[in-house]
Amino acid sequence: MSMKMYLPLDSAAVALGADDVAAAIAARFPEATLVRNGSRGMVWLEPLLEVEIDGVRHGFGPFETTDIDALSGDLANHPKALGPVDDLPWMQRQTRLTFARVGVIDPLSLDDYRAHGGVTGLERALSMTPAEIVTETTDSGLRGRGGAGFPTGIKWKTVMEAQADQKYIVCNADEGDSGTFADRMLMEGDPFTLIEGMVIAGIATGATKGYVYLRSEYPIAIEVMNKAVAIARQQGLLGASILGSAHAFDMEIRVGAGAYVCGEETSLLNSMEGKRGVVRAKPPLPALEGFMGKPTVVNNVISLATVPVIFERGAQFYQDFGLGRSRGTIPLQIAGNVKHGGLFEIAFGLPLGEIVDDIAGGTASGRPVKAVQVGGPLGAYFPRDLFDTPFGYEEFAGKKGLIGHAGLTLFDDQQDMLKMARFAMEFCAIESCGKCTPCRIGSVRGVETVDRIAQGDASAIPLLTDLCETMKDGSLCALGGFTPYPVMSALTHFPDDFATTAQEAAE
Amino acid sequence: MTATPVFGDAEQHVLHEILAANRHLEGALLPILHAVQHQFGYVPAEALPVIAKDLNISRAEAHGVMSFYHDFRDHPAGRTTLKICRAEACQAMGADDLVDHARDSLALDWHETTKDGAITLEQVFCLGLCACGPAMMVDGKLVGRADVAKLDAIIAEARS
Repeated sequence: MSMKMYLPLDSAAVALGADDVAAAIAARFPEATLVRNGSRGMVWLEPLLEVEIDGVRHGFGPFETTDIDALSGDLANHPKALGPVDDLPWMQRQTRLTFARVGVIDPLSLDDYRAHGGVTGLERALSMTPAEIVTETTDSGLRGRGGAGFPTGIKWKTVMEAQADQKYIVCNADEGDSGTFADRMLMEGDPFTLIEGMVIAGIATGATKGYVYLRSEYPIAIEVMNKAVAIARQQGLLGASILGSAHAFDMEIRVGAGAYVCGEETSLLNSMEGKRGVVRAKPPLPALEGFMGKPTVVNNVISLATVPVIFERGAQFYQDFGLGRSRGTIPLQIAGNVKHGGLFEIAFGLPLGEIVDDIAGGTASGRPVKAVQVGGPLGAYFPRDLFDTPFGYEEFAGKKGLIGHAGLTLFDDQQDMLKMARFAMEFCAIESCGKCTPCRIGSVRGVETVDRIAQGDASAIPLLTDLCETMKDGSLCALGGFTPYPVMSALTHFPDDFATTAQEAAE
Repeated sequence: MTATPVFGDAEQHVLHEILAANRHLEGALLPILHAVQHQFGYVPAEALPVIAKDLNISRAEAHGVMSFYHDFRDHPAGRTTLKICRAEACQAMGADDLVDHARDSLALDWHETTKDGAITLEQVFCLGLCACGPAMMVDGKLVGRADVAKLDAIIAEARS
């Protein structure tokens, strides 16, 4: 009997030993087919081995090499048996649109990709005019998933209408925010979706060249994307004639070099041009003067990777999901001190508390959740009092926070929030590009000021507040401008962590 | 400390091959610096003026770019490079203790190399392993749910 098995090549699975398990399985079952897939997103079960039994994929995890022998016995009674993966509550409760194929298909099989709905969106887009493609994208309600939330269709329209001999599609894959890994998982698990989205963006705007700016901290994603681009080129998904049409589009992968600020679109463009990753003043907008001074679409991985499903199922289908002005689905990334961490895609609108307590099951340590940082290092810390906030762009902005790239980092009650405020300033000081004063100098002064508070100087608290105001209003980009979010939310929602230290020092 | 190798004719030749393979790219400098560091383990000071001349930019600009990015180093690293994530999600799982243990047991600050040339210690902000932290990267290999025992084993192996 030839067995078919799946074991993720995803970074999280590999970091937890998937490569060792894969090698041991190949040695023990040389006749079996082992597909290295993406991750299903249940990181607490990684490495998650799936075995196909009568056409149904059964899960076993977290799988270790010592669990291999028992695969020869009764699989239903295997000590790591989880049952059919699609029936697990984590999978059942999701609406997987952008991540529909991640963890399901062989990431580097274009046949597999097509068999699961891939390329259908592109085929439809090829039958439309650029203006129709832009309208469809606008009608879907898709907004920038990198965090800014700008309507994708509007950005494309600006580039479409710009006159130039060359235009570009740049995918921002510099996913540097702690607590986020959706871009990485998508690129590792379903790279053709991103490629297809970029091709559609190219056809819509008249851009014939694309780049993915991918961070160097993601070696597996870099490898998978490079292989996928080569396959796509070979099979006519990229090149001088996309699927035999009159449209040309080609792309390449560019690797970042460890600078967080390059996730900001203008410093990313400078970096791609071979310059220091310093921020550019806007205007001019990158849509008009972007890469090499040419009209450029800069979109996040998830924004572009959501385009194919919108064209496959239609704008109306996509925009029927969601809440208020946040349309469609959002791949939540649940991280930090968490019991059930991973990727969970669902329509916008779920209250924060339901995500934290119900879906994620609280902390890994079993202690009470003290704070959740939403949106990465520049996002606010939310206390339990704000857990009724529905997950949406405007809803989080209304609570002096942001959803960012939809990463949620849980902390238990042993976390010192003054320390986290200090870290936010320290991180800003390390990663500041140096172009604007509030960020370059304010971050260093911020560390000092938090240290003064820690030493019991309560008079430094208004100073910190004032400094945060200056950084927020005066910084050129989100690094200096949003660092006040974690700092001020820590100070506002967890005053005891700031007051106790002051009191202790006074005693 | 690891001695800085000589940048002789053979190295110049390799550098020119890298330039020839990359100079046609739009924005070639980062790909070139990556290739140089991949080849030599660092970006030799002797390489910068050559790169600058080839791309028709000033030495100051080449130096400015190279020194802006955390990834590029101006001297060789140890035989093993150990990167520990210090970002929030890993902190929530005790990364600070891991960091303290690494710095104490190796007697190193960030970017420093042990006297025997075995290990270079680097900080990193996010490896995208935020649901299985604390995370580390050892010579490009990812490690999730890192703890003191795993760290000690890695250090022992690097020194053996």
